[in-house]
Amino acid sequence: MTRRRLRGRLTPYWLALPGWLWLLIFFVIPTLVMLSLSTQSGSIETGFRQTFDVANYSQTWSQFHVQFIRSIVYGLIATVLCLTIGYPVAYWIAFRGGARKSSLLFLILLPFFVSFVIRTQSWNFILADNGLLLTPLKSGHLVPQDFHILATSTAVVGGLAYNFLPFMILPVYVALERIDPALLEASADLYASRTAAFLRVVFPLSLPGVFAGVLLTFVPAASDYVNASILGGAKTTMIGNIIQTEYFTNLEYNKAAALSFILMAALLIGVFAYARALGTEDVFEVAAG
Amino acid sequence: MSAVLDRPVQAPQRTRHPRRWRGWLLPTWSWLVIGWLCLPIFVMILFGFNNTQGKFNIKWQGFTLQWYRQLFTIPDLTNALEASLSIAVIVTVIATILGTLLGMALGRYKFRGIGSVNLLLFANIAAPEVVLGASLLSLFLTVGIPRGYWTIVIAQVMFSIAYVAVTVRARMAALDPALEEAARDLGANGVATFFRVTLPLLMPGVMAGALLTFALSIDDYIITSFNAGQTVTFPLWVYGASRNGVPPQVNVMGTLIFGFGVLLAVAGAAINRRRQA
Repeated sequence: MTRRRLRGRLTPYWLALPGWLWLLIFFVIPTLVMLSLSTQSGSIETGFRQTFDVANYSQTWSQFHVQFIRSIVYGLIATVLCLTIGYPVAYWIAFRGGARKSSLLFLILLPFFVSFVIRTQSWNFILADNGLLLTPLKSGHLVPQDFHILATSTAVVGGLAYNFLPFMILPVYVALERIDPALLEASADLYASRTAAFLRVVFPLSLPGVFAGVLLTFVPAASDYVNASILGGAKTTMIGNIIQTEYFTNLEYNKAAALSFILMAALLIGVFAYARALGTEDVFEVAAG
Repeated sequence: MSAVLDRPVQAPQRTRHPRRWRGWLLPTWSWLVIGWLCLPIFVMILFGFNNTQGKFNIKWQGFTLQWYRQLFTIPDLTNALEASLSIAVIVTVIATILGTLLGMALGRYKFRGIGSVNLLLFANIAAPEVVLGASLLSLFLTVGIPRGYWTIVIAQVMFSIAYVAVTVRARMAALDPALEEAARDLGANGVATFFRVTLPLLMPGVMAGALLTFALSIDDYIITSFNAGQTVTFPLWVYGASRNGVPPQVNVMGTLIFGFGVLLAVAGAAINRRRQA
């Protein structure tokens, strides 16, 4: 009997063990290795030695803070765009969708059936100097002949907003969908105008969804480099591009590790502070759908 | 609340005019956004039928089906697609098993360390892809493991487990333990109870996790590119080709994957609806 009870008590550990080990070895330990690598000095030719030197951090920061701040700014603008573009759509589907709700959500998710890289590449076609959008505009002399969209920050931020918009719409929709219609009737009965009902009832109740959406949009947008390299130019380089170049072109692993760590620390501290302030479970649950 | 109550009673006519205006603004906006979301998909499908001559498939030059006939004429691209598909299958199997077990533990039991495991999953989902890719690469560089096919598998399982675990956890938490107790009372042993009661009830969550993993795996660029070595997957090939012009075969493959995915999703939804009815 005691043996059986003991086995029963160990069950969750056995169930969790394989997945936990995988995450420990390939997620937690690599993060620590990266931290250690970021404080090593040397080069690929001489080899890297552990010197607990923080010079990599100060050096890379003074060298690349422009790209770092640019990434945060691009991420913020893209997130605000996603919220202003996506909130009305989520609202419309949640309150006016009726029987078409799941079909409309499916349309919002449609881009995910096409590879991220191909979608971004497709925008490159559309926005190119002699592409689908600008060719007719230029031949109609609606824009100057040397007008271009690619390689500008507009193209990159637009690409980011496009790619991460569904991550904003979905959690906002989930939060709005949970609102009991009786609450809206009650506020109407209490003579709230539609605007007041929205501002004082609907919007506050949708905030968990908004927070989850902000999280799901901002982190991938600020750390993305696919949009910047396919739609951007030399002046729109983001921190992800720098990390990638440092690892693969310059082979400066220690500096690249320091940069990644700065990025992770900035984003994760922000995320955890954010989740803490709002209650982790709530954000997490809504994020999971 | 009192501020709302203090307001004078409004005549109902006052809202009529703005309502009419609101009536068409919201759907128009939403359909414009949906159109915007679908525009690149439309362009991708259309240009798979483009009779393009030069290197850049960017101007419409007439309708053709030749790229569908010559789908597999670029050996590197074909290899990349094969690699992507086989990696996706392996990753889906491993991540679904590990994630399901983890999700079951989290959804049913209270145990020491449950909070830290939940935190680990949250951090894994919240962490930026570049950092996940870079830290795993740092490990492989430090230990001296050459990057290639299997390091891609390791990396993709690493970012998929959490998604499966979260979906299964939700399903498991909603599952009534009395059903399993009933099975045991009827004489089923632990293994039989698991395979004939627990797992079938968890299946929708497991399937959702598996499909999500497959989609994430076949689509992933950033983490994969950090750990790919010389192995090229489909997104990696497309990214590499983007500087010198993407051949129309990529559009065709993208279209076929898109069509297959949509078909699968629609069929799944139909089966679900029939089961519920």
